[in-house]
Amino acid sequence: MNRLDTLEAQSVFILREAYATARPLAALWSVGKDSNVVLWLARKAFFGRVPFPVVQLDTDMELDEVYAYRDQYTKEWDLDLIVIDCPPESEMDPDLPPMTRAAARKSAGLASLLEGDSYKGIIVGIRRDEEATRAKERVFSPRALSGVWEFRDQPPEFWDQFATETPEGAHLRIHPLLHWTEVDIWRYSQRENIPINPLYFTQNGKRYRSLGEKNITAPIESNASTVDEIIAELETTRSPERAGRLMDSEAEDSFERLRTSGYM
Amino acid sequence: MAKTIATENTAMQIGSTAGKLMRVVIVGHVDHGKSTLVGRMFHDTGQLPDGKMEAIQEMCRKRGMPFEWAFLMDSLKAERDQGVTIDTSQIWFHHNNRQYVIIDAPGHREFIRNMVTGASNADAALLMIDADQGIRRQSRHHSYLLQLLGVREVAVAVNKMDLVDYDETRFRKIETEYKSYLKSIGLEARRVIPISAREGDNVASASERMPWYDGPSIIETLAEFELSEPPVDRPLRLPLQDVFKFDDRRILAGRIESGTLRTGDELLFSPSNRTARVATIESWNTEQAPKMASAGLSVGITLDEQIFVERGEIASHLTDPPIETNVLHLRLFWLVDTPMEIGASYGLKLGPRHLSATVEQIERVIDVEALSDHAATEVKRDEIADVVVRTNQLVALDEHDNLPRTGRAILHNRHRTLAGGVISMGNYPDQRKQITIRSSNITKVVHSVDTARRIAQNRHKPGVLWFTGLSGAGKSTLAMGLERRLFDEGYQTYVLDGDNVRTGLNANLSFSPEDRSENIRRVSEVAVLLADAGLIVISALISPYRADRDRARDAAGGLFREVFIKAEIATCEARDTKGLYKRARAGEIAEFTGISAPYEEPVKPELVIDTNDRDIDSCIDELVAYVRANFKIPS
Repeated sequence: MNRLDTLEAQSVFILREAYATARPLAALWSVGKDSNVVLWLARKAFFGRVPFPVVQLDTDMELDEVYAYRDQYTKEWDLDLIVIDCPPESEMDPDLPPMTRAAARKSAGLASLLEGDSYKGIIVGIRRDEEATRAKERVFSPRALSGVWEFRDQPPEFWDQFATETPEGAHLRIHPLLHWTEVDIWRYSQRENIPINPLYFTQNGKRYRSLGEKNITAPIESNASTVDEIIAELETTRSPERAGRLMDSEAEDSFERLRTSGYM
Repeated sequence: MAKTIATENTAMQIGSTAGKLMRVVIVGHVDHGKSTLVGRMFHDTGQLPDGKMEAIQEMCRKRGMPFEWAFLMDSLKAERDQGVTIDTSQIWFHHNNRQYVIIDAPGHREFIRNMVTGASNADAALLMIDADQGIRRQSRHHSYLLQLLGVREVAVAVNKMDLVDYDETRFRKIETEYKSYLKSIGLEARRVIPISAREGDNVASASERMPWYDGPSIIETLAEFELSEPPVDRPLRLPLQDVFKFDDRRILAGRIESGTLRTGDELLFSPSNRTARVATIESWNTEQAPKMASAGLSVGITLDEQIFVERGEIASHLTDPPIETNVLHLRLFWLVDTPMEIGASYGLKLGPRHLSATVEQIERVIDVEALSDHAATEVKRDEIADVVVRTNQLVALDEHDNLPRTGRAILHNRHRTLAGGVISMGNYPDQRKQITIRSSNITKVVHSVDTARRIAQNRHKPGVLWFTGLSGAGKSTLAMGLERRLFDEGYQTYVLDGDNVRTGLNANLSFSPEDRSENIRRVSEVAVLLADAGLIVISALISPYRADRDRARDAAGGLFREVFIKAEIATCEARDTKGLYKRARAGEIAEFTGISAPYEEPVKPELVIDTNDRDIDSCIDELVAYVRANFKIPS
């Protein structure tokens, strides 16, 4: 087994555990490279289909190419798509720094999804290497109804035995890509021929390394126009993946505050 | 120096598909410098992301403290404010074409559950010891947990050598003491390295301040760790996660934990004991359907027959199947404040099999400091203990020493994992060996005299009085006495004595757990035949295992009466009518019940005869009265 086989087998195992123990189940789809891989892995796990709804938390601020990709592959992959309109920024906690406040709209959108339907499991494509508080996550992460992450009191998780029961109203965040790295995502996308959003390739000397809302995300300097070139670029870069996600670095703990209050 | 880092960077294959990942956990007592070492390793090999140094400097400046390497891993604000790692974290690291995940684990006693979470994912471990403080509680506790979690590749870093003036004598003392501790719990340290994480001594390069040490640095030691391969050549174990029926295919899904399966293989599903052949190995987005699959892969298979199997069963080949049992030993680590108690029931998860288990016995609690055992009535948080649990259903499993991945289980309550444990069977038999009906072409014939006629003629109902108890409790004496009295009163009766049947019917059986169970199975079937003939059958066998007695009860249906002949082990040993206890104590008899093999007392016997302080006649009187009351037909 090579490295991609190992990663895939573990993620498929996690998705099947989620499907067997945490229903009703839904997957968040930001239409970025990571959640595209999650849906692909679900089709691997369930032999060609995604047997649960796929939820896009829409801020109406995504780039056009994101909406185009969403519409095309919802049809081609036969997805049961749910689009949630996120509440406006004016309803967010005014104490948050401005960019962080914009990002908090997605946590609020997710909260409204959970209030409406009693999902027990929400699949999210975050990875440990993206960001330091995500590195502390569990594969199955129990959340209160409010979505709050009790990072001081996470359950033990070992031998692939995951939390399966939650108190009434609470849910499980399920993280099938936690053990993947950014380069793993690209190598796997390449091996599996997963369609790539053109925003990841260079246009006029810039490309998006991480896709977020257009008001709080900046492209990076890059001439990479193929997946191979992206991989080559990542092999030598020392700047972090989320450098273009402006809310992360507004304050020392701005991203931690986002995450503990329910952000992905 | 800068040039060296640049050269290394270009040689690095970040995320290389070919490069296998080595996951290394850093463990040890709180404040012995685990997070600091990680920060230092990243810096000294030129792998800190851009801006990270500056960000850490800024965090330290705001807190008015000197530069703190640990802030690289301690990403939570609460961790930085309190200067302690709360939860485990992971960070990717690469050196000389090898990929590592460095897992930082908290050393504070409060966060053992998080240490276990981190360490359970590791292929290898670095144990950190503070040269100044020496070996502390968590140094020992963490190494014991590593052993239970199955981490076998370990090295020791004796840190903070700067605080002891790089003194070799101090280092050698810790080295000797700790190596010997590790050896006593079954671990062998690949290396013991004197370092100063804060100063960078022996982290990425040799230290000039410790010329007396000529071994490898931390970074060089990481390169020596060996990866274990998936157990593809071991017996097949495919625990089922789910059965999918999305279309006309019925696909059994799961991950192969050991061994290899091929299309056409005949599979045995345990504990349902159904069999079928692999028709196809299913796949999606691959060029062709695979014909074989091995340990580590998540697979889906279809079968040639539509048999009913469900999540939690284990598929194996017909040879080398898993053990089937409802009682097992666990060596466990207890993770929560509420203690484990005898008699309490918990959820038990063994792979995808979820069932319920009752704690029957706490055999010993192990002191990880002194490595001594003591008896206990409960297991407290952070303790390691040997316990016996009984499951509410038959479960398929392996002994941990044989197949680790199907030989471990966790205990939980509704919302929380309480403990993890590794499985052994000790003297408990594999119950698969007691499958009763092996041939299928059997037609039952009806007798010409039915039970009612026999009762009418005998003037009593038939029955099986199943005497159980320790050797020397009085089973044979009372059975023979009762037989005589009943015979004199006109009853049709006969005693099946444990020793007597072993000279004939069961002469081919030994005293191994499996043979003891088979001995009881045969006696219970003979008892059923004799009872069917109208007799009151009295059996006198130790019959130490509850599962065996329950099976006898099942075989006899409503005729079964469990009679517990009760006596303290001291009483039995004092009597020692057959001289067996003396020989068992001398070690001449292995697996002697009550001494070196378990006796499971009945839970709800129909009758208890306590022989500790009673004479034989009064015991027999009580037994005769019981038979008259329950079996005699009034004339």
